[in-house]
Amino acid sequence: MKPNHWSKLIIVLFLAIFPLIVPSDYYRHIFILALMWVVIGSSWNLLAGYTGQVSFGHAAFFGVGAYTAGLCVTKLHISAWWGMLLAGPVCMVVAFFIGCVCFRLRGPYFNLATLAIAEIFRLTAIVWRDLTEGMQGILIMRTFRNKTYYYYFALILAAACIYAIYRVIRSKWGYYFVAIREDQDAAESMGISSFRYKTFSLLISSFFTGLAGAFYMNYMGFIDPEVVFSLYFISIMAILVAIIGGAGTIWGPAVGAFIMVLLQETFRSSFFGLFPKWVSQAHVLVFGLLVIFVIRYMTNGIVGDWIKVQRLWSKNKEQPLASTGS
Amino acid sequence: MDVFIQTMVSGILIGGIYALVGLGMTLIMGVMRIINLAHGQLMMVAMYITFVLYEYFNIDPYFSLLVSMPALFLLGVLIQKYLLNPLLRIESIIPQNQILMTVGVAMVLTEVMRFIFQSDYKSVKTPYSSAVLYISSIAFNFPMLIAFGIAMLLTAGLFFFLLKTDTGKSVRATAQNKDAALLLGVNAEWITQLTYGLGAALAAAAGTLLLPIYYLYPDVGGPFTLKAFIITVLGGLGSTVGAIMGGLVLGVAESLGATYISMALKDAVGMVIFVLVLVFMPGGLKTLTKV
Repeated sequence: MKPNHWSKLIIVLFLAIFPLIVPSDYYRHIFILALMWVVIGSSWNLLAGYTGQVSFGHAAFFGVGAYTAGLCVTKLHISAWWGMLLAGPVCMVVAFFIGCVCFRLRGPYFNLATLAIAEIFRLTAIVWRDLTEGMQGILIMRTFRNKTYYYYFALILAAACIYAIYRVIRSKWGYYFVAIREDQDAAESMGISSFRYKTFSLLISSFFTGLAGAFYMNYMGFIDPEVVFSLYFISIMAILVAIIGGAGTIWGPAVGAFIMVLLQETFRSSFFGLFPKWVSQAHVLVFGLLVIFVIRYMTNGIVGDWIKVQRLWSKNKEQPLASTGS
Repeated sequence: MDVFIQTMVSGILIGGIYALVGLGMTLIMGVMRIINLAHGQLMMVAMYITFVLYEYFNIDPYFSLLVSMPALFLLGVLIQKYLLNPLLRIESIIPQNQILMTVGVAMVLTEVMRFIFQSDYKSVKTPYSSAVLYISSIAFNFPMLIAFGIAMLLTAGLFFFLLKTDTGKSVRATAQNKDAALLLGVNAEWITQLTYGLGAALAAAAGTLLLPIYYLYPDVGGPFTLKAFIITVLGGLGSTVGAIMGGLVLGVAESLGATYISMALKDAVGMVIFVLVLVFMPGGLKTLTKV
């Protein structure tokens, strides 16, 4: 095995036994959130990083997934875990119609259309009180009190998501996706139906985002439209996670998710109480600065520009061989 | 009938200010081909400048236009020069990284303001804030009337600049074809900076004019960014005449929606119009006028 594979193995092992060696529920909570963001970031990355369709509206799928699980309880009177089964297909249906509207558009128009559609979902969820309870939100009883179960659930979800995307990217579809990203007209002239493959990409992406939403409902036990359809805390965050880790790489969003969530928690808790309280206000500011820095100096993210990062660490040593991990 | 006319009047008045927001965005869109997702946040910064000038120096909001517009012009030029233009030279997987950069700028601006002023709602209460003019039974809100007037003056000034001055012509040339403009000796780099600065200054004007009738908090920028791009797309990306019409249409549509559908759905009306326009009339309103 190459040393690179060893380090990956160690990380996977660490994640597998993490809740057993760390007793604190607080740290488990952070890791559960990070794993959830791995799912959302990776699925955004499939659509944007590989297929080139930068969506500003992934909150729509996250919210629909979360509400599918929530409505299972409030309307169908069955367990919210059924939502995990239903959310994926429901999101795919929603995504199909969104795709029909948005994939007629390109470039900035597409970005804006997805953003607008997510906003329409948010406003609808607020106004349609009979179905969604409006701003009151949906509150359910959580099944387990022990966070370890949720942790493994999130871990399996994240692993399944990354593996599925890995397989898709290595398949023929993956090459079609990248061809569309690089030059849509050229791909079209080679006989790749851009609409069809963009839709496939969107369906897979929305499926996993919806699952993450349903998981969020089950795990947090409470949702309201402003949280799950939020432009800044879901749609933009999904973009940041993928961009900072590295769009167009398999492991980028996973790395990005952990960096973002850990950074957010570190600042929110004022460096775990070591710094004065005002530091906790700065967590979004740090995100903003990080985004500016990453786009300006590491356009392809930490994983995508890993060689650059390594060069910074080992200025004097011999150049290490490229190991981008993608 | 009175209700209808009243709704139209307030829609058109607010539409004038919206037009100002949209004009800045459409200028930036036309020249740089990027969506400026920090537009509402630039406006928010101008609103805070106006607020500080009124609160601590007792300067009338309309006079502080003379401060807020140059200040935001400078800020815009700096953002374009040091954050957006360098990105043109970098290869990246995601083609929209300039747009993402504006998202980062927007976050930083919002959070810096939150740091300084906290999240409290602020407002500027001038003696004339609630003054109302009546013409028969139709009420005209006095500050809105002034704001509408100044907005129209600024718009006229912008058109004069774009159509009659050499620099304005260079801006239009860069928007039409950047490479050709470069060949003819237009300093495109400076033109992009100038355009972003102008866009920011127009947003600043809108913010300052809006402050006496609106309230202010750090997150106020987000909704206005959304409105700005709705207007821009409604009018047709890059079209100045379209942006004015888009602003008026959005103002009227929102106030009709608020009166006849529901106050809560006011913002959704704009979004629905937006998606319909994108799908059925992707060129926006400018396709109707050929300007």
